[in-house]
Amino acid sequence: MHGAHFSLAATDTSLSAPAQDDGASNDADIDRPETAKGKRAHLPFGRLFVRLLSLVVFVALWQAASGNRLHLGLVNFQNVPAPSEVVPALRDLLQSPKIGAHVGSSLCRVFAGFVSAALAGIALGLMIGRSRWAADLLQPPLEMLRPIPGVAWIPLAILMFPSSELSMVFITFVGALFPVLLNTIHGVSGIDPRLIAAAKSLGAGRLRLLTEVIAPGAAPSIVTGLSIGMGTSWFCLVTAEMIAGQYGIGYFTWESYNLQSYADIVVGMLFIGVFGMASSVLVRKFGDLLTPWYQIGNACGHE
Amino acid sequence: MSDPHEISRSGHIESRDLSIGWRHGKEHFQAVDRVSFSIAAGQFVCLLGPSGCGKSTLLGALAGHIRAASGSLFLDGAAILAPSPERGLVFQHHTLFPWKKVIDNVAFGLKMKGVARAERRARARELLDLVGLSGFEDKYPVQLSGGMQQRVEIARVLINQPRVLLMDEPFGALDAQTRWIMQQLLLQVWASIRTTIVFVTHDIDEALFLADRVLVMSHCPGRIRDDIPVPAARPRGEAWLTSDGFIRLKRHCLDLIHDERPCANPPDGADLALQPAVSRLAEALI
Ligand SMILES: Nc1ncnc2c1ncn2[C@@H]1O[C@H](COP(=O)(O)OP(=O)(O)OP(=O)(O)O)[C@@H](O)[C@H]1O
Ligand SMILES: [Mg+2]
Repeated sequence: MHGAHFSLAATDTSLSAPAQDDGASNDADIDRPETAKGKRAHLPFGRLFVRLLSLVVFVALWQAASGNRLHLGLVNFQNVPAPSEVVPALRDLLQSPKIGAHVGSSLCRVFAGFVSAALAGIALGLMIGRSRWAADLLQPPLEMLRPIPGVAWIPLAILMFPSSELSMVFITFVGALFPVLLNTIHGVSGIDPRLIAAAKSLGAGRLRLLTEVIAPGAAPSIVTGLSIGMGTSWFCLVTAEMIAGQYGIGYFTWESYNLQSYADIVVGMLFIGVFGMASSVLVRKFGDLLTPWYQIGNACGHE
Repeated sequence: MSDPHEISRSGHIESRDLSIGWRHGKEHFQAVDRVSFSIAAGQFVCLLGPSGCGKSTLLGALAGHIRAASGSLFLDGAAILAPSPERGLVFQHHTLFPWKKVIDNVAFGLKMKGVARAERRARARELLDLVGLSGFEDKYPVQLSGGMQQRVEIARVLINQPRVLLMDEPFGALDAQTRWIMQQLLLQVWASIRTTIVFVTHDIDEALFLADRVLVMSHCPGRIRDDIPVPAARPRGEAWLTSDGFIRLKRHCLDLIHDERPCANPPDGADLALQPAVSRLAEALI
């Protein structure tokens, strides 16, 4: 009987249980099976309290350091805006008409770059994973480009594309492409060859094999690639916006530095964090919807 | 009930001087060596033999997954060159698609033939009923026990109305109790779907309980050593397993296997398997 007992650690990949949490609290994990009577258990009140407290202490320390213009030699808090300055700046930005343009253009760029990277990465990955011919033809140049981080493409991208808009989308694309591509190849090569033999025996041709066996078989790995790719594409976009942008969250953050409105720098950073995290979670959740069997497999403690 | 599952009476298998080799590095190893046999349509044949004697290799060739070095295989007069839904293959460990629900796994073959969803699901339901798994349509394979997974696997193959059912130790991973239930189930299913069955096993009891005819293989090189008809009447029950006729046939099979000597020059990979397998077989039977 594989009950839902082991389900928590495996399925709860949401924000409330980041990866480091599993290793850090071994003793707490031991009593999980008992507390979990089939349904999803919430954090015990005590642990929730500790977590909230830790956040409060962090903000308080930040306030203390910036409010007192602390100078620690190595690190200097003199020009770091305190939370008490950041909150009004955040309120101002939320009320200003610029916010829509900044967030909107960043989202559009990420969307365009990420979606095209996902399509290209999955298509190339399936081809390379399935056909030796495609692998020999496509892999050498891709292997050569792979170690170059998306950010290193910025100058060349500006030269290559007619508009800075396109060059930023391209950089986002490069950022997401390789995680998606590599995870797709990995997923395809991990498919049990017996499943392929079985599908052929049941009458599947080349195309059906791809849509019915290869693609779903590689799907969990592809989803992992997509969520990693989402993170890297945000990272690349924000950097690109700082250099080449007009509008966008990265641009806003860098502009605030140039205009010496330091509180806005932190507001920009907060936006970057929140949107980056939210889009990764979105990709994960979407991926989970696409791979329901995989969630069950995990929950049952099977491979 | 039997008419929708009615299978054409064909399913005649013919093997002529079949040889299949594997390459171990630079060495060539003859896994199946000039094997000839003929199986009548609708016959239930067990392939019995020690580990590594080439049973799976031979079955793989019948399925069309493994190419012969020389000689040929025919199904109803047509050469076997590639996999086909007419030759259903069942392995020891299930090969159900983990991402498909039970019903869609069973309906897979019909989907490949372009049958509409409602119709293929209705057919799949009938077959799940045949193997005693009504009510499990919407489960995923991981949610089933090993025995249930094998039943789904069998249903998935049968939906194509194969002329031949090829089974490679299909119950080898099950416990004794489940194995016994599955053996009876298989005979029951076979009684309503008279397809040719080639069933690989290294369990003498299983072979003698199921088969019309047992082909005993020897290894190094893989050849057919004996062809033993099992004349017991059907339906067979536990009485057959303790009858004199059964014991006599079992004695004969045991003698054949005890007689089996380890290879003088075993290939890599095979050397591990051979020796213990022979004694394991002997042990299991005493
Ligand atoms: N993929 C392969 N590559 C190389 N050699 C193989 C391969 N598969 C099987 N062989 C060799 O062919 C011989 C026959 O193997 P086969 O799997 O057909 O035996 P078997 O009778 O099915 O054994 P078992 O009862 O253990 O399943 C063995 O010596 C094995 O080493
Ligand atoms: Mg075998």
